[in-house]
Amino acid sequence: MFHLPVSARAMKFALAIAAALAASACAKNADDASQFGAGAGGPGSAQEFATSVGDRVFFETDSSELTSTAQATLSKQAAWLSRYANYSFTVEGHADERGTREYNFALGARRAQAAHDFLVSKGISASRMRTVSYGKERPVATCDDISCWSQNRRAVTVLSGAPSS
Amino acid sequence: MTLSISRRSVALGLAATPLVGATARAELVVSLDRANFQPLPIAIPDLQGEGDLGARVAAVIANDLQRSGVFAPIDKRAFIDKAVSPDVMPQFDSWRAINAQALVTGRVQRDSARMHAEFRLWDVSSGEQATGQQYTTDANNWRRVAHLIADAIYSRITGAGGFFDSRVVYVDETGPKQARRKRLALMDQDGANVRYLTEGNELVVTPRFSPTSQEVTYMAFAPNGDASVRLLNIETGQREIVGNFPGMTFSPRFSPDGERVVMSLEQSGNANIYTMDLRSRATTRLTDTSAIDTSPSYSPDGTQIVFESDRGGAQQLYVMGANGGPAKRISFGQGHYSTPVWSPKGDYIAFTRQTANSFGIGVMKPDGSGERILTEGFHNEGPTWAPNGRYLMFFRDQGGAKIFMADVTGRVDVAVPTPSFGSDPAWSPLLA
Repeated sequence: MFHLPVSARAMKFALAIAAALAASACAKNADDASQFGAGAGGPGSAQEFATSVGDRVFFETDSSELTSTAQATLSKQAAWLSRYANYSFTVEGHADERGTREYNFALGARRAQAAHDFLVSKGISASRMRTVSYGKERPVATCDDISCWSQNRRAVTVLSGAPSS
Repeated sequence: MTLSISRRSVALGLAATPLVGATARAELVVSLDRANFQPLPIAIPDLQGEGDLGARVAAVIANDLQRSGVFAPIDKRAFIDKAVSPDVMPQFDSWRAINAQALVTGRVQRDSARMHAEFRLWDVSSGEQATGQQYTTDANNWRRVAHLIADAIYSRITGAGGFFDSRVVYVDETGPKQARRKRLALMDQDGANVRYLTEGNELVVTPRFSPTSQEVTYMAFAPNGDASVRLLNIETGQREIVGNFPGMTFSPRFSPDGERVVMSLEQSGNANIYTMDLRSRATTRLTDTSAIDTSPSYSPDGTQIVFESDRGGAQQLYVMGANGGPAKRISFGQGHYSTPVWSPKGDYIAFTRQTANSFGIGVMKPDGSGERILTEGFHNEGPTWAPNGRYLMFFRDQGGAKIFMADVTGRVDVAVPTPSFGSDPAWSPLLA
């Protein structure tokens, strides 16, 4: 079950970026129909990964278990990372603000490790990835109710190595 | 009452001697252990001396005593005697007339390098001196002199140790919530004399004082996300990483003798507790479970460690020997328990308790009995003990973290003023 409330402003912003990227991608590669969905950055770009594949998965409260939605997203990430094998990347684990600082570092680490292990199980080499935990120190959404907490309980795959085409 | 002079206080340039006078066995006592004691009405006229220095010292003393919850300083505008000489017997009738039970008189003087201060505490009803002290210190130390006088008064009246002559290291927070700039900051326990110990280019959290109060251990993130426990000498500014661990280290705390740091090491999503001997650099693993074991804190005698673990399914408090081994669960109330901190007196363990979306700060005895929640709401976290084991600071985040002080009875709950948002307070030992 995927229930990610996104604020109207964030949605508008994301759509604006996607539209801009789509325009440039289409101009250059009009007939390269990526399996990851046209319209979000050039094929193999970090933008495509973030917007078409989905660079993050979300967790239930106080849990590091991968939901079926999270597994689906990570499977898409694995497929994309297999195809663009020159990327190395970091899986960042995060927690919402409920819970103490210390506990959330450990919980974020569990979440990052769960995503890491899933990607390994899909054939991605562990040597390409590292994990870090930011605990509750780096929220993306900053209200103090459930709509924000659910966005902050996340593992984000951040590409680092540039692809050599 | 005499204030013994430790080697450390000499190093800090402080000398203190009892002020002899007609000291008698007065009955001026507040028993902190009795429920519903009344704060003691005390008159603190401006001390005599240079310019407004005596007034400033008196104001710091009054603020300390007021915040302790034990005293009720009387408004200066009610005083009948406006200028009180420390050299003559006070006119006790004029203090009885405004219902003062205690009176402080004194003097402060400065020459180029030194400051001399003296005070006497009077029992107004008997007309006898309850205690007196004189101090010689660095001329820039006038606030410390005020805190030392407040400590002497507090100790004389309560029989408990003082706590005002102490400092707090904490995390100063500025900027938007999704990209907070966090710096280590140092302040006096009343919020004065803030100075910043780090620049804010690295994310820093959970500072803790060493028993010598010159060193702080904390967790910092390098720009690439690698996080580790650090040491910082607050006098020299020297910094180092504690140990060479293969994963994230966090939640550090000194042993009571200052020779070891106990902390969590996270590897492959699993957090266990380790110690490192700061001299030999030898590391010892204390727990070996697939649970989250973190927030370790030594008993004051150094023989036991309380920590939090979800080995039983959710965060609860456990006590084990200082060398590891079997651990005994001590928290059995409703909710999740975390961030245990052993009192310097040894009689209580303070903690954060979470029930649904409410976070309380509480205390329990080391065997888990006598649990008491001192404050509750969204969102209280991270207690730290005053040197006398009778007060706690913690942070409360209601749209931005601020630091508060409570006492173990729950009577006191006062804000500690900081220039911006502040979290993760850690109280130093007494400075002298």
